[in-house]
Amino acid sequence: MALIEAKGISKTYRLGDIDLKALCEVSLTIDKGEFVAIMGPSGSGKSTFMNILGCLDKPTGGKYLLEGTDVGKLDRDELAGIRNKKIGFVFQGFNLLPRTSAFENVELPLLYDGIPAKERSHKAMAAIKSVGLEGRESHHPNQLSGGQQQRVAVARALVNNAPIILADEPTGNLDTKTSAEIMELFVRLNIESKITIILVTHERDIAAYSRRVIRFLDGCIVSDERKV
Amino acid sequence: MINIPSTIKISFRALRVNKMRSALTMLGIIIGVGAVIAMLAVGTGASRQIEAQISSMGSNLLMVVPGATTSGGVRMGSGTQTTLTMADSEAIRRECPAVEETGPVLSGVAQVIYGHQNWSTGVVGTTPGMLIVRDWALSSGRPFTEQDVKSATKVCLLGQTVVDNLFGDSDPVGKIIRIKNVPFAIFGVLEKKGQSATGHDQDDTVYIPITTAQKKMFGTAFPGMVRLIMVKAKSAKDLESAEKQINDLLRQRHRIAPKQDNDFTVRNLTQMMQAAEQSTKVMTLLLGAIASVSLFVGGIGIMNIMLVSVTERTREIGIRMAIGAKTWDIRLQFIIEALTLSLIGGLIGIIIGVTGSKILSMLAGWPTIVAPLSIILAFGFSGLVGIFFGFYPAYKASLLNPIDALRYE
Repeated sequence: MALIEAKGISKTYRLGDIDLKALCEVSLTIDKGEFVAIMGPSGSGKSTFMNILGCLDKPTGGKYLLEGTDVGKLDRDELAGIRNKKIGFVFQGFNLLPRTSAFENVELPLLYDGIPAKERSHKAMAAIKSVGLEGRESHHPNQLSGGQQQRVAVARALVNNAPIILADEPTGNLDTKTSAEIMELFVRLNIESKITIILVTHERDIAAYSRRVIRFLDGCIVSDERKV
Repeated sequence: MINIPSTIKISFRALRVNKMRSALTMLGIIIGVGAVIAMLAVGTGASRQIEAQISSMGSNLLMVVPGATTSGGVRMGSGTQTTLTMADSEAIRRECPAVEETGPVLSGVAQVIYGHQNWSTGVVGTTPGMLIVRDWALSSGRPFTEQDVKSATKVCLLGQTVVDNLFGDSDPVGKIIRIKNVPFAIFGVLEKKGQSATGHDQDDTVYIPITTAQKKMFGTAFPGMVRLIMVKAKSAKDLESAEKQINDLLRQRHRIAPKQDNDFTVRNLTQMMQAAEQSTKVMTLLLGAIASVSLFVGGIGIMNIMLVSVTERTREIGIRMAIGAKTWDIRLQFIIEALTLSLIGGLIGIIIGVTGSKILSMLAGWPTIVAPLSIILAFGFSGLVGIFFGFYPAYKASLLNPIDALRYE
């Protein structure tokens, strides 16, 4: 069974009288343990597709199966549960809660999952350690560098043992050296923890870390290449 | 399933993180609650003071005063005629069923001397019935009797102010004082009553038998003349019938023809006091109305801060939804935040309102009473406003698509 199965997914935005097609019937399967890069110029629909995969947005047509479950049939709170347990997000702008310590940011998904305090603290510290930030758990985001903030975001994404990490331009705000560090972190998580990684990027050298590259143009998949 | 302890933890963290915003929101609630409590305390204090004055005057009181004289076409004020007598007072008590007791008065100002102390005070000639009319008990000694009135003995009862000025701390009962150089034996001391509604010191007085006042003190134009008659009706309900009965009785006794004007006036003191009480109630309402405006303005302030702060946190709500917050996780977080702010703000507001009204009563000398209802009202309203406007934007945000909340600028 495929981990992710998209069948003819489309997304249309209504802007006044004009219908804007952001995605036109995209079909795709991704298996467990894959490392996929989604590329394409801006406005090609790659981020829209990513948001639908992450259950942050709903498609206007088609069917999306996640571990065999038809996500389109779930209500808001069931979707929230899926985002909490199945999917970890890493955003371009980090999206950490400001004035809140790294530890508390990482702990948050566990709070929403109702994990008891002791286990919560243990898991959060383990996640912080696995991204190499031990000793900085009480720092606030504004006391951390961009690369460190993104590591906090990665720790938050994997703290609840989500099988999938969705990263939307995770290195867009970082310099080359830090970008490489973050990408190596993803590679390690993919190989060691068998976490499925799907990342959106428009940079070739970032996509080069992946083993499968899907290209979008004008809302459609134009190529799907696997490295051998 | 929603985890309440987790949500409380999340809410408290969010409050701590946004200290400035939390403080500003609370300030609105503090001012709203404090202002209303202080304002209503002033109003309630004033009306309680009037109520206390009414009860110190005696209850169910009527006053009969002589009518006005007309001298060469010039009408003088009421009481200038002297038409009331001891016999009138006695007849009112005996023949008017609605009347419980009467107290005739013949009074004047006189110098009172004890040893080398002297004091000018109001000397009231009256009967023992007066103590019943005025609901006035003795703090020591005993009252004079009908027998004293009949034989015009030289005995007296002193008000507390007179005792303070002539005797200081020593016990006056049994001592002899001189009033207009006539020696009087002190039988008793009247209980302290304090100020009357008009600010007059009710304890600055000496009671003597009315017959003694007529013969030794103030003299009379005709035998048995009295200045006025105080009347106590049997109950508040009897006041009006008592008024009518006295009217009929005195017209008959004074042989007033049907079309002729009365040569006396019956005044309903209790009704007058009730009118005064009514006006303080109006004042309390007015103060309450002003306070409500401040509460309302405070409410608008709370609303603005809440709307702005929750709206600018739409992105935060987006982040929370992306990592798994359910609809009610978000809503509860904001309800708990708003509830905490309004509870703490309300408590501080109550403290400030109560202290403020105490300070006000010390500085301005107004009596202030903090009514529990005003606390509930102010606290409840501010709290509701805070909770509603803290919750409403969060409720709207919780219905957004997570991606729209995340992208909110």
